[in-house]
Amino acid sequence: MYFQLTEEQKLIRETVRSFAEKEVAPSAAERDENECFDRELMFDKVAELGLAGIVFPEEYGGAGADYISYAIAVEELSRVCASTGVTLSAHLSLGANPVWLFGTEEQKLLFLKPLAEGSKLGAFALTETGAGSDAGGTKTYAVREGDEWVVTGSKIFTTNGGDAETYIVFARTDKNAQKHHGISAFIIDKDTPGFTFGKKEKKMGIRSSPTRELVFENCRIPADRLLGKAGEGFKIAMKTLDGGRIGIAAQALGIAQGAYEAALNYARERKQFEQPIAGFQAVQFLLADMALRIEASRLLVYQSAWRASAGLSYGKESAMAKLSASETAMWVTTKAVQVHGGYGYTRDFPVERMMRDAKITEIYEGTSEVQRLVIGTAITRG
Amino acid sequence: MNLDLNEEQALIRATAREFAAAELEPVAAALDRGEQQELFLENLKKLAELGFMGLNVKVEYGGSEAGVIAFSVALTEIARACSSTAVTVSVNNMVCEVIQAVGSEQQRRSYIPRICCGEYLAGAFALTETGAGSDPAALTTVAVKDADDWILNGSKIFITSAPYAGVFVVWAVTDRSAPKGKGISCFLVEAGTPGCIVGRAEEKLGQHASATNEVLFQDCRVPGSALMGRLNDGFRVAVGELAGGRIGIGSLGLGIGLAAIEAAGRYSLERKQFGRSISDFQAIQWKIADAATELEAARLLLMNAAFRKEQGRSFAKEASMAKLFATEAANRACYEAMQIFGGYGYTTDFPAERYSRDVRLTTLYEGTSEIQRLIIAREVLRSYV
Repeated sequence: MYFQLTEEQKLIRETVRSFAEKEVAPSAAERDENECFDRELMFDKVAELGLAGIVFPEEYGGAGADYISYAIAVEELSRVCASTGVTLSAHLSLGANPVWLFGTEEQKLLFLKPLAEGSKLGAFALTETGAGSDAGGTKTYAVREGDEWVVTGSKIFTTNGGDAETYIVFARTDKNAQKHHGISAFIIDKDTPGFTFGKKEKKMGIRSSPTRELVFENCRIPADRLLGKAGEGFKIAMKTLDGGRIGIAAQALGIAQGAYEAALNYARERKQFEQPIAGFQAVQFLLADMALRIEASRLLVYQSAWRASAGLSYGKESAMAKLSASETAMWVTTKAVQVHGGYGYTRDFPVERMMRDAKITEIYEGTSEVQRLVIGTAITRG
Repeated sequence: MNLDLNEEQALIRATAREFAAAELEPVAAALDRGEQQELFLENLKKLAELGFMGLNVKVEYGGSEAGVIAFSVALTEIARACSSTAVTVSVNNMVCEVIQAVGSEQQRRSYIPRICCGEYLAGAFALTETGAGSDPAALTTVAVKDADDWILNGSKIFITSAPYAGVFVVWAVTDRSAPKGKGISCFLVEAGTPGCIVGRAEEKLGQHASATNEVLFQDCRVPGSALMGRLNDGFRVAVGELAGGRIGIGSLGLGIGLAAIEAAGRYSLERKQFGRSISDFQAIQWKIADAATELEAARLLLMNAAFRKEQGRSFAKEASMAKLFATEAANRACYEAMQIFGGYGYTTDFPAERYSRDVRLTTLYEGTSEIQRLIIAREVLRSYV
């Protein structure tokens, strides 16, 4: 075992941290307040750093780096702005990765390359009103007509929805099949006739990341936009989400790290009872527990990333990483507000936003309950 | 032991519940968005008319004289619908009680009836300063004697209800040479007194309808009769009153927790995944069971603290225990409730996200959870000496 980042990974951390602190952090509070997605800052500039397709080969527009580098990039962005972190995670893990994993050579050149280069933004549309934790409840359907598929239905809670150009959309293609059988995945362009956007969600946190409803009304797409084989959609979704969990785990890790540092700095400066509150055991122990839980989560996140790059199975490990990192983020941000006292409840300090942002990491790309289901099933299957 | 409410307490709870369901709950989400503030103020007036602003205050001063248990159950019912309204009610009661406890007869007759009847929509408790949070004895606002008057200078932060408060209970240093905590006095400053300025409003995570402002004192001259209680005895008064306030905030936390778990429980019965209601899954049932158990224990701790206060016994330790346990349990209940709602819980279409933001303040104000632990430990250790 070798617990040290490579020179390349260190360089990526330095580069992304410097960008995040100089460019992303200053507007984070204002973008949160105004629910503003600043694409140039939150995606185009991120792409200029080579992050939009960091894990994909250079021939497809990527940077050829490993998943640990990717996790570090999402972590560093999320350390100052969780919305910027999830924009990259949803784009790369959910929008681009299924094309890399399941796309034909033509699809990779046509769709993956612009996504990886960052000239297009990606999104992933699986969730529906009746299909949350239970993706087998998908009702959106696609019917084959000649050389086209006709898609009808609607999707909710799509991250980057409305702003992305390329969507991975799941629809039923076999009406007779039950539950998770008979679902297929499609690549759909933003400007396709019959494809429109519904309401933009008003959310507790990650408010500068757009979340929209997608509506498909007799939306016709060419037959070659089917991703993988017909009926393979559920498998594609699950495989994609295995990888997506590394991104969300890294996002949660970054939020936790940012809140921990804010609490530490505040505790060293804030004086009560004639001394910095960092001198009190009650505060020291909180900071110690924060550091401990973050470190444990970081190792789980990097381990699952390492396994993904090494070609090993990582479904269980990425579920563990996501579960641990997201619950750590919620706990750390809540306690960081506590260390700040009344000030922490105001918008003058960033921990208030971080706490609102942290909550979603326990919910999206599989709730904590679903992670426990994945882990529990994996370890009891024998 | 009789764990039932008496008839009067049960009636007050029923009245609070009815009012909360009819008037508060329907506007709570809009108030949270910063809309319809006039309804918030109108409801304060109506609550005063129903007798909720002086529940533990004598009838001769306009109070309801219903006791501390009635105060606790009323606060819980109000908070189930709107925690911003509840905190205003809690602070108003606390202000009335502190004036009743240490004010002169004239001060009692001047201010308590006005808060109780709603002529003053609120009273404010101005203790906290930028450098004096958990350590209130470190406050630096000063009051200097000038002939018969006092002149106040300094600034207070995080003052609940400041823009619509009719009177401020203000703590200031009156003897700078005294040891820490020994030279502080308490004053009653009427809103509109020249030099008493309501400053910037805080932007908060939750409890948006309840105003939280800075209050500045710039050569603010008040008459000698504004001094409340004995000179240089103010810190002891503040610490004593906060213990009563803690029963209020604990009861408020309980109300938010109950609302959250009820909303989530109802949702779990309706929401279908994997072909059945999610309430059929043990993972969901356990969350509801744990939250219900913890909130029930919190309620009993609150009732115990309220009972002891009502009986005139010591209750500081019990109030701290009740506040600590109830607010921490309520926080857990709200987050678990959001978890039961899944992605919907994170949106403003359901109340879980508002409850989660509102509840967070309960472990911070009127003594953080850390300060409650400090008080409990001190009291427990003292009993072993």
